[in-house]
Amino acid sequence: MDLTIAALLTQDGITNGAIYALLALALVLVFTVTRIIWVPAGEFVAWGTLTLAGLQLGKVPGTVGLLLGMAIVAGAMETWQSVRAAETHRLPRRLLVWSGVPIAIAASIWWLAPMQMPLAVQVALTLAAVTATGPLLYRIAYQPLAEASVLVLLIVSVALHFAMVGFGLWFFGAEGSRTPPFSSASFSVGGVNISVQSLLVVGTSVALIGALGLFFGQTLYGKALRATAVNRAGARLCGISPDFAGALTFALASLLCAFCGVLIGPITTIYYDSGFLVSLKGFVGAIIGGLSSYPIAAAGAWLVGLIESFSSFWASAFKEVIVFTLIIPVLLWRSLTTHHHEEDE
Amino acid sequence: MKFDGARAMFVLFVVILIAAPLAAPQFWITLGNYIGLYSIVALGLVLLTGVAGQTSFGQAAFVGIGAYTTAYLTTRYAASPWLTLAIGLVFTAALALFLGFITLRMRGHYLPLATIAWGISLFYVFGNLEMLGGHTGMTGIPALAIASFELKDERRYFYLIWAIALAALWATRNLLDSRPGRAIRALKGGLEMAEAFGVNAARLKIIAFVYAALLACISGWLYAHLQRFVNPTPFGINQGIEYLFMAVIGGAGSVWGAVLGATLITLLKEVLQDYLPRLLGRTGNFELVVFGLLMVLLLQFAREGLWPWIERVLPKRRPRPIPGAAPLPSRGRTSESGALLAVRQARKQFGGLVAVNDLSFEIRHGEILGLIGPNGAGKSTTFALISGALPLTSGDILLRGEAIGSRPPYEIARRGLGRTFQHVRLIPTMTVADNVALGAYLRGTSGVMAAALHLDRAEEARTLAEAARATARVGLGAHMFDTAGSLPLGKQRLVEIARALAADPALLLLDEPAAGLRYLEKQELALLLRALKAEGMTILLVEHDMDFVMGLADRLVVMDFGEKLAEGLPADIQENPAVREAYLGGVV
Amino acid sequence: MTTLLDIRDLSVAYGNVEAVHGVSLKVDEGSIVTVIGPNGAGKTTLLGAIMGMLPARGEIHYCGARVNALTVEQRVGEGMVLVPEKRDLFGSMKVRDNLELGAFARLRHGDRDALRTLDDVYARFPRLRERKDQEAGTLSGGERQMLALGRALMGKPRLLMLDEPSLGLAPLIVREIFSIVSALKASGVSILLVEQNAHAALQVADYGYVLETGELVIEGNSADLAANPQVAATYLGQSATPRSG
Repeated sequence: MDLTIAALLTQDGITNGAIYALLALALVLVFTVTRIIWVPAGEFVAWGTLTLAGLQLGKVPGTVGLLLGMAIVAGAMETWQSVRAAETHRLPRRLLVWSGVPIAIAASIWWLAPMQMPLAVQVALTLAAVTATGPLLYRIAYQPLAEASVLVLLIVSVALHFAMVGFGLWFFGAEGSRTPPFSSASFSVGGVNISVQSLLVVGTSVALIGALGLFFGQTLYGKALRATAVNRAGARLCGISPDFAGALTFALASLLCAFCGVLIGPITTIYYDSGFLVSLKGFVGAIIGGLSSYPIAAAGAWLVGLIESFSSFWASAFKEVIVFTLIIPVLLWRSLTTHHHEEDE
Repeated sequence: MKFDGARAMFVLFVVILIAAPLAAPQFWITLGNYIGLYSIVALGLVLLTGVAGQTSFGQAAFVGIGAYTTAYLTTRYAASPWLTLAIGLVFTAALALFLGFITLRMRGHYLPLATIAWGISLFYVFGNLEMLGGHTGMTGIPALAIASFELKDERRYFYLIWAIALAALWATRNLLDSRPGRAIRALKGGLEMAEAFGVNAARLKIIAFVYAALLACISGWLYAHLQRFVNPTPFGINQGIEYLFMAVIGGAGSVWGAVLGATLITLLKEVLQDYLPRLLGRTGNFELVVFGLLMVLLLQFAREGLWPWIERVLPKRRPRPIPGAAPLPSRGRTSESGALLAVRQARKQFGGLVAVNDLSFEIRHGEILGLIGPNGAGKSTTFALISGALPLTSGDILLRGEAIGSRPPYEIARRGLGRTFQHVRLIPTMTVADNVALGAYLRGTSGVMAAALHLDRAEEARTLAEAARATARVGLGAHMFDTAGSLPLGKQRLVEIARALAADPALLLLDEPAAGLRYLEKQELALLLRALKAEGMTILLVEHDMDFVMGLADRLVVMDFGEKLAEGLPADIQENPAVREAYLGGVV
Repeated sequence: MTTLLDIRDLSVAYGNVEAVHGVSLKVDEGSIVTVIGPNGAGKTTLLGAIMGMLPARGEIHYCGARVNALTVEQRVGEGMVLVPEKRDLFGSMKVRDNLELGAFARLRHGDRDALRTLDDVYARFPRLRERKDQEAGTLSGGERQMLALGRALMGKPRLLMLDEPSLGLAPLIVREIFSIVSALKASGVSILLVEQNAHAALQVADYGYVLETGELVIEGNSADLAANPQVAATYLGQSATPRSG
């Protein structure tokens, strides 16, 4: 292995790692605020890619159908609950939020899709569409179970993963998609070839991580989410409802996943069921961070990217084995450094 | 002989199993074989998830290990399948021990993620190792032979699979109804409670995990010799998830739930795979969507699975009578004088907050000592220090002269400390007898093997007799076979005391035993405690209810701000101006 | 004087235990009402039920309207603020952020005044201003109580409910807290004070209720209660005959 190959592998590793880092952060975010281990995250990544791919081909992506379906179910649930609680005066506003917004997004995409809009618009539509599905999923499947144990929430997540993969197949079809790179340029630095595409991916990821940090540190809503993660009861007493925190968390997390989808599209062909493996790599990073520390989770995810990259060179058939078995030494290390046994929930 | 409805149902089930291969069409036999294979795996999950509260999505990988071990060794080395079963089991146990060790000592949610990860990892190993045939797999696996009788026919194999399935059900049922079984079931009552009675939670979780893995391995072995070829497909993560769904749908609370779940999912899959493509006009694995949605609905509306609904309709098992048996070896109550427990300069700091500040007091043999004080005085922290739930920052606590200050709770329990909990921690689905028997955990020795093979009956009889005695002691003899959750709070607190008594303690630690009780229940409790004292028991009582404690305690220790404020006879304490001020508040 | 809070026949059950049974009480606008009683009496449960954190049977009327169906967050929005017994601060977040979040409900609805309230809170609790960039978890017991109070005040409460504000605090700090409570009444906040420290509570309150094992046993003006020997009896268990050797 010479320097050029090493440099190439490193570049690949850091690029992929950047995407896994965003996922890892989304997973830590969802877990700390809602105690949900968000296994279906991968589907959102896949939908991001597939939506953008569809738009680039001038076709209406399956996300439109998905949004409409979820909007109707959420609307029905809201109606049912408002009637039962005799709060029908609040219903119009709720329906606007839960059904109106996703339907509006779906309609815009349906209208704009054949028009071959510029890339920036297509990316924006993709982000909007996938971000909208996050809170809808929370509302429909998780909110009724908000006080359940971590175990039950995990089983629900896995069940939803099954369902979401199936819906993905139904709405997007079985064909894989790949999006063209944002830039094919590259330049040399000291004999090492660096592609602009990689720089864009890493740059976007770092920018998003920075934005996330600012959000949590400086904005009211960001602090509200942190508060819910630290002390749920205390947050409620400040008027921060767990439902609101959950919906906002899922919106943020699916936005991050949407970005992952947009960024990963040029790298690999994504099928309706490719998301799972990608999300698991994000999970390895999140576990390295103990499902609680953002910086360590991000760093862990980058490590995963690098290890995957080098493994694919040395032992490509066993690339997945190495990456997932990585979890074992991490857990061994974690189990040896926790001195007292922690209470299960 | 009286008609036992439950036993009759079981006999009927066995009759069906015997008759099926003789009469049923091939399709149903094949289905029946798969249901049997799946039931064995799901059974392990019922123990792991339903009872011990841990999830694993990687059981399919263990099935794969069982299948590939035998496939490889029988085709490449012409080994005997029975030998390969043994090898597979050893290999599986080693792997499960390792994985369990690194994940089960931490928070519960690491295990499922770890199982997903290494389940996928193993799947890729199966698919990529040349020596295992890669993605095409291995063929030509020899059939099983019992004596010289080859089991090539699926119908004959049906008997083998179900014989093993029934054996597994029997063993698991035995396991649940035994000393280690009670301990595993106690895990759901909270770590603090389980450890107080000497249950090594981490060890038991690992045992449950290994047990489930071994069952999966057996299923894989059976599968390999049924199909006589293996490839990686059935051992992937999707199948692993389906196994968990079987356990959840069936009802992870009963061994029969495994069979029910396996049956339902298998049948459903058949139906969906036939009809969905026709309905939707497209090919694809849409049955997964249905499974997923079904799971979500189930968890929202019927979290205990479907077996409990069926159980309600079935005739109930009659409880077995408690045998009269010789008592368990007792610690022996010493009739010494002097201090049984000595707290010396005990200090507990949480960062900058000093919760207990150089506290010293003694509990003498045979007395009832009340530890009282206003809210926030440090009573609960002191209690936790004595029971071992919290380690001391500095100072000593001596039980019969031995330092227990920083020992874990189960070691302190072993040295003669019994306790109850402020919020009752019984297992509501277990009977009173079983809950109380948990208290005697440290006085028994039967392990998992003995329990599964039903070899522990002698010790079990003595333990249950002990439990019966303790239950009668607190006046609840008539409720022995009621589920603990069905009793009112006052009686539940008495069950907790019976459980503490079953541990044969020298010192009984009671945490607010009168809380939430009605007047008559408090009288009942006070009578019991006085009677226990008359028999030589020493009691430390943390209480808020002054009426209760004033009439019961021999001496009182009053705490305030983490320190001892006063000590003495109740009548004196009541008149003590410093105490009055502490409770009613000084002039501000 | 209008009645701000009107509780009628409130009962709260935990599983098979009824922790609070048939409690009725009133808080008039601009007054301090205290609920005292020994530990385990159900005082914290009572406040939890009024706030909506626990399910309860009975009637809870606030500002003349029945609020049983409102969520906790909705009640906060109506000006009902609770300082819980455990304080429930955000330990890993800064003092400043804890306070800001106290005004979440107001800020969310575009109330610009919210940040001016922060200045008022700093004026009342100068120590919080000194420590505003420190993590809440590093504060001492008394400072934590002040932060919890300050956070509650950021919500501009009409009804402030305090659960054992003197808990675990040294007498000097208790005195400080209670003088702040008096000052709050002067600025128009109505207060429902649950306390174990009967003397301090009765000194600052206008009206009092005594809770024992979930039921109200005595009520009256604070002056009358302070002089009533029965109050001491419920605390010190003088109804039983104590052992004297």
